[in-house]
Amino acid sequence: MSAAPPPSPAMPTYLGMPAFPDAARRAVADERLRANLRHATTTIRGRRAGAVAELDDWDALREAGKQIKDHVLANLGHYLRLLEENVTAAGGTVHWARDAGEANRIVADLVKATGETEVVKVKSMATQEIGLNEALAEEGVTAYETDLAELIVQLGDDRPSHILVPAIHRNRSDIRDIFLARMDGAPRDLTDEPAALAEAARRHLRAKFLSAKVGISGVNFAVADTGTLVVLESEGNGRMCLTLPETLISVMGVEKVVPSWRDLEVFLQLLPRSSTAERMNPYTSTWTGTHPGDGPRDFHLVLLDNGRTATLADEVGRQALRCIRCSACLNVCPVYQRAGGHAYGSPYPGPIGAILSPQIRGIGSDVDASLPYASTLCGACFDACPVAIDIPEVLVHLRARAVEDGPRHPLERASMTAAGWVLRSPALLRAAQRAASASRRVVGRGGRIGRLPGPLRAWTATRDAPVPPPESFRRWWRRTDGGRA
Amino acid sequence: MRIALFVTCVNDTMFPGTGRAMVTLLRRLGHEVLFPEAQTCCGQMHLNTGYRRQARALAEEFPKVFAGHDAVVTPSASCAATVRDWHPRLAPGAGTPPVFELSEFLVDVLAVTDVGAYYPHRVTYHPTCHSLRMLRIGDRPLRLLRAVRGIDLVDLPDAAECCGFGGTFALKNADVSAAMCADKVACVERTGADALCAADNSCLMHIGGTLARNGARARTVHLAEILASTEEDPS
Repeated sequence: MSAAPPPSPAMPTYLGMPAFPDAARRAVADERLRANLRHATTTIRGRRAGAVAELDDWDALREAGKQIKDHVLANLGHYLRLLEENVTAAGGTVHWARDAGEANRIVADLVKATGETEVVKVKSMATQEIGLNEALAEEGVTAYETDLAELIVQLGDDRPSHILVPAIHRNRSDIRDIFLARMDGAPRDLTDEPAALAEAARRHLRAKFLSAKVGISGVNFAVADTGTLVVLESEGNGRMCLTLPETLISVMGVEKVVPSWRDLEVFLQLLPRSSTAERMNPYTSTWTGTHPGDGPRDFHLVLLDNGRTATLADEVGRQALRCIRCSACLNVCPVYQRAGGHAYGSPYPGPIGAILSPQIRGIGSDVDASLPYASTLCGACFDACPVAIDIPEVLVHLRARAVEDGPRHPLERASMTAAGWVLRSPALLRAAQRAASASRRVVGRGGRIGRLPGPLRAWTATRDAPVPPPESFRRWWRRTDGGRA
Repeated sequence: MRIALFVTCVNDTMFPGTGRAMVTLLRRLGHEVLFPEAQTCCGQMHLNTGYRRQARALAEEFPKVFAGHDAVVTPSASCAATVRDWHPRLAPGAGTPPVFELSEFLVDVLAVTDVGAYYPHRVTYHPTCHSLRMLRIGDRPLRLLRAVRGIDLVDLPDAAECCGFGGTFALKNADVSAAMCADKVACVERTGADALCAADNSCLMHIGGTLARNGARARTVHLAEILASTEEDPS
């Protein structure tokens, strides 16, 4: 079952989560969770590899996606003002939110102004990030998630563990149990057949779609020069939320803007193939302001900063803002596959979460300071990223920031400083090697070391350590004149 | 060619046999091998743990040690990648020399794949992450291994998956690291190989430590040691 602590309305942004290694330990010990994750990620990554291999211009598309995003980030103020102008001209209202608190306040006030106490939601990462559902609940407004996986997470009092497949840690018998226990009107004879589960969810959600007067969404892309908002989804529930309610409120990270429809075309190829391994996205909704008699009468766009401009100021770290939330990096990550999404302590798990969360939240908490280290730097994420975010480079960069600004680790710091001195001096290195070789008589019984003291115990818990050789290479070289003596 | 051997601190201290194999192999191919004794470490451990200042000091020292040679060759893909990818960023303007990982040097610079080796064992090859996704050496080690006489080279399932070493990751995230290595070791055992080969002893130390703990049949051997082995002088 889930390794996540119960969600708390007072803790919308997951602060207070344990450091990554502690949370991951529990997940690694959960055989069923690991089996669910392995099956799901292996399936998705195989399909994605096939979908990408079909295009002979994938590398050029990837480079184009990267350059468009970098251009927008370098001219963000310009494109946001252009977007605001065009959304306003089309009949929408634009709000600017510095942080999660401001964004939640704006949305809650807009909902309360309608007099409604229920809203339907399209799956959205930005509203997860700001903890909008919890904030609305405090104001007496109930938010219903309508994406199937988000519904499973919400009904299970759980947290999403994957960007695209939020309930990836659940299998179908878990889902049946959650529906039976928590879903109004779930049939008593519900089986764990996917079609039966989907039908139960469909009936449950239809009532919400037909009665809700307010819809809330995120935004995948916003086209600045026409003021058009774009949402991509696979189930059609999003289309319902975007068209049926009278009021639509969309929350968008400021980095989601693209200059024109020609730029959008690049991402409409990159995103579906990278995320769901589809050639074309099933439901792509676009809307521009409001139109009498067609769709919502009232449209509000909330532009969210929440740490993004601070991230933009970091020359190495800013590339994380290119992310289009496809999840390809999660699906190829060997650490994510074992640790699961909850260990990352944020709605953004996996490699992208490890570089995004510490930047948008800052590196002060235990979990945020540990995230840059939640990687072997194997590089699989960089290869899979459709906008070429060099995630290993940013991880290494953030590790330096964690050492400078994060919680102190005096033992590690002392060891690293000592090692720094030894490695800068061939004479000290020689002396250390002599000491290591001398120790082999003590530690090396049986040719392997089965137990080491202190922090090195973490190695020998599951792995033998090699015994130091009788002489180092450099000593051999001197003694034998490079093997010639 | 006058080749400077960059043996790396890990091989120098823990795996001197790999350094000796490099000397044997490159001499057999007719080249002069030198060992600049002022060399120590490329700084990867400090860099990847967040100790940028110490890493920078080592990156600044590196070109001074290796100046004036025709080529610098190393038996570590990971250290070669650190020098090539990171030294110019850590120490801009220091004049980082070109460094080649062994299989790159043999295949691309010396243009040989058959180095006259003999190794009558069942071997499987693990392409380490940095060799694959930083240096992008591709199948060069496999081309070299296929030309070895007597070898029974078998494919490793899920070969491109990380073994979970990741330097200090193996200590900081020991549980995830061990889970990854358990899967890697299961793949190695499925091949029935006597020896697991790679272009990096640090990854081999990790996988080998788990193989030994499990009492598995396979041992670990660096690519250089297989390529240095001959019928007259087997390793």
